[in-house]
Amino acid sequence: MSVVSFAVNGVPRDVDADPDTPLLTVLRNDLGLMGARFGCGLGLCGACVVHVDGVPVPSCDTPLWSLAGKSVVTVEGLSPHPVQRALLDEQAAQCGYCVTGIVMTAAALLEREPRPGAEAVAAALDGHLCRCGAQQRMIRAIVKAGADRA
Amino acid sequence: MPDLPQSLAANPVLARWMRVHADGTIGVRVGKVELGQGIATALAQIAADELGVDITRIRMLPPGPEGPDEGLTAGSLSIMHSGAALRIVAANVRALFAAAAGAATSGAPASGAATSGAPASGAATFSYADLAGRVDLNVPADPGVPVRSQPGLVGRDVPRLDLPDKVFGRPRYLPDMRLPGQLFGRVIRPPSRGARLLTPGEAAAPALPAGVTLVRDGSFLGVVGADEASVVRAADVLRRSARWAEHDCLPADDELDKFLRAGPHETVTAVHDGGTAAPGRVLRATFSRPFLAHASMAPSCGLAVWHSAHRVEVWSHSQGIFPLGRAIAGALGLDPGAVRVEHVEHAGCYGHNAADDAAFDAVLLARAVPGSPVQVLWSRQDELSWAPFGSAMTADVAATLSPDGTIASWEYDVYSQGHTARPGYAGVPGLLAATLLEHPADYPAPVDPPAAAGYGSLRNAVPGYHLPARRITGHRLLATPIRSSAMRSLGAFLNVFAIESFMDELAAYAGRDPVEFRLAHLSDPRGRRVLTDAAEAADWATPRPEGVGLGIGYARYKGRGAYCAVVAEVQAETDVRVRRLWIAVDVGQVVSPDGVRNQIEGGAVQAASWTLVERVRFDRRRVTSDTWESYPILRFSQTPRIDVTLAGGGDKPVGAGEAAQGPTAAAIGNAVAAAVGVRVRDLPLTTEAIVAAIERDA
Repeated sequence: MSVVSFAVNGVPRDVDADPDTPLLTVLRNDLGLMGARFGCGLGLCGACVVHVDGVPVPSCDTPLWSLAGKSVVTVEGLSPHPVQRALLDEQAAQCGYCVTGIVMTAAALLEREPRPGAEAVAAALDGHLCRCGAQQRMIRAIVKAGADRA
Repeated sequence: MPDLPQSLAANPVLARWMRVHADGTIGVRVGKVELGQGIATALAQIAADELGVDITRIRMLPPGPEGPDEGLTAGSLSIMHSGAALRIVAANVRALFAAAAGAATSGAPASGAATSGAPASGAATFSYADLAGRVDLNVPADPGVPVRSQPGLVGRDVPRLDLPDKVFGRPRYLPDMRLPGQLFGRVIRPPSRGARLLTPGEAAAPALPAGVTLVRDGSFLGVVGADEASVVRAADVLRRSARWAEHDCLPADDELDKFLRAGPHETVTAVHDGGTAAPGRVLRATFSRPFLAHASMAPSCGLAVWHSAHRVEVWSHSQGIFPLGRAIAGALGLDPGAVRVEHVEHAGCYGHNAADDAAFDAVLLARAVPGSPVQVLWSRQDELSWAPFGSAMTADVAATLSPDGTIASWEYDVYSQGHTARPGYAGVPGLLAATLLEHPADYPAPVDPPAAAGYGSLRNAVPGYHLPARRITGHRLLATPIRSSAMRSLGAFLNVFAIESFMDELAAYAGRDPVEFRLAHLSDPRGRRVLTDAAEAADWATPRPEGVGLGIGYARYKGRGAYCAVVAEVQAETDVRVRRLWIAVDVGQVVSPDGVRNQIEGGAVQAASWTLVERVRFDRRRVTSDTWESYPILRFSQTPRIDVTLAGGGDKPVGAGEAAQGPTAAAIGNAVAAAVGVRVRDLPLTTEAIVAAIERDA
């Protein structure tokens, strides 16, 4: 066990746990933040994506030790975000399990590319999986979220 | 007096369905579960309409032991079953409250007001809140109470009630639940099918992290502890150290056709017209699909507390909480009423996945730590390899084509494993871990639903066209080491792919346009309408550039459900890319137009993924397609743009969830044939499969 200090949604945290513990487990079990979700544990589906120093990363295979001094933002820290409003406007989800990770990646995309087209959104989301088949609705919503930002 | 709808006849007491509270909210508890399909919102629309209240007053409660037992949430039947029941429940509740309100104002009992008169319409003119404590809903529903004829919210788009929580990341799914004193559990699956546990590795046991308890019953091996990370590490240690007796037991995964045909089979002939075909040219072809995985975004989860052998509480994302409770009780020799299961939402569900298995795992682990809640989460690898699969299938079709270009005979033989092995099927628990215990339960080959329920292997095997001299036969495998069960549309996916691919082959041989050829054999006006609507939307008659093909597929789900036609536009260069889908669907009465579109779009994307990229792989012992790399599904940039036309519509709903599966596969297959000039009859339609077909035809 060792203490790792980092910020979560702007709040300094000292987490005392095995240094190899995945960030996702720390978020859900130590900090009570359930917005990032377990999908595969291998960083292959995107359901657990959070921002680490502004970059979207899968939290399921990010070990606690790697976070010392960094800043983590989860969907709870981002909400409410225009992407979420646009997703609800388009009813762009079915089960919704994949959607918080997609919100994180889409928000980061809009930071670096404020008005992306459908192809750019689809390419940015290719690290995410959606089994219900709501991809086109989500792409439409995120394009709209960008276009609506004056 | 009219009969009560099926769900209500089985659960006639109003209070099981509806509770009115003094704060003006109305709790609604149905037996159908939210799987991501939006059913809770659609049912809330129906309830709000019938009660005459704003939908914000409706509280959709999780299905559980206090609510009605509606069996399974499956078969695209929820609007039909739950909706019909809820409508009458709400009409009854409204009538009872209206009568009480009348009595309150007039001072005289409003006798008979609850059971006579015209249907109430519009907003209720009395206060449900004020009367909440004065109306007894512990009475049976009266089918004579009229329901509203003019819908209000029904037929209009209402935003999903559950989506804000899911989009904002609020706790809502089963793995988000935390009960006081809750422990975490993990199960160590056998390394291969049929493996038996020799030793969990005594040498390793002392190396388990502190606070982790080992649980073993026969070949069922698990760990429980308060710290989830430690429990996961302990499971890893055991997975490496446990010793198992293994043997080869799986068929060769590139010889599934041979495996499915070898038998023994149960043979069911759905149609045999007799007679002999008019003279003509006989064409034959064989179509197949591999085993398919549910591949839900979340692995399955279960939560249980073992209070005693007489009281076990379970939380599950099962499609059938009551059958699950009975199966768990049966597997452990408990009183059937001892196991109470409540539904909690989880990631999307498309059939009988591992939800029930995970619930039983949680019970087995909780039994070792009585009084403590235990939450079990499966791994991605276990989910992709140990959950039931959709069965591999292979189908032979032969037809006579008359000189006048019409079909003169039709023979069809489909070979498949059964399409259901749900809890309680064939009199066995149907729970994975039950087969691993010290005293293991049987796990016979999966069965098929009967004709009355729309068949399994034979679902949609009878074409909706006017065909003479038909013989249509299903051959269900009676023994198999591979567990298969219900997956969205059951056998309809392969059967419609086969029928509709072959219709195109016949049309081509007859020199006729595929749409015109279908219409020439189809008299049902609703079927004709979706076919022509989809073709028109796609601008069917306009030629596409070189390398781009259009294809069409059509079916009426189960032969009595939704009509659906799909046109696919495919670009075939280095690989197959589905660029667009135009879909026309007639689901009868529409409760939620956007809900229907979402189900059809989602079904079509999932079917496109099955058609293009998916295949469960295994060696002679174990499933090897156990990650998203080895079991890929369609990615964002691979998904087609989709246009959905809601055609027709009647006064009765017929369900939407599974209608697009088969027609989408057929449309894509036919579009590939149009684009590259070869017919690929074995799914998935990968580049390798297309190259193989080109070489076959060369």
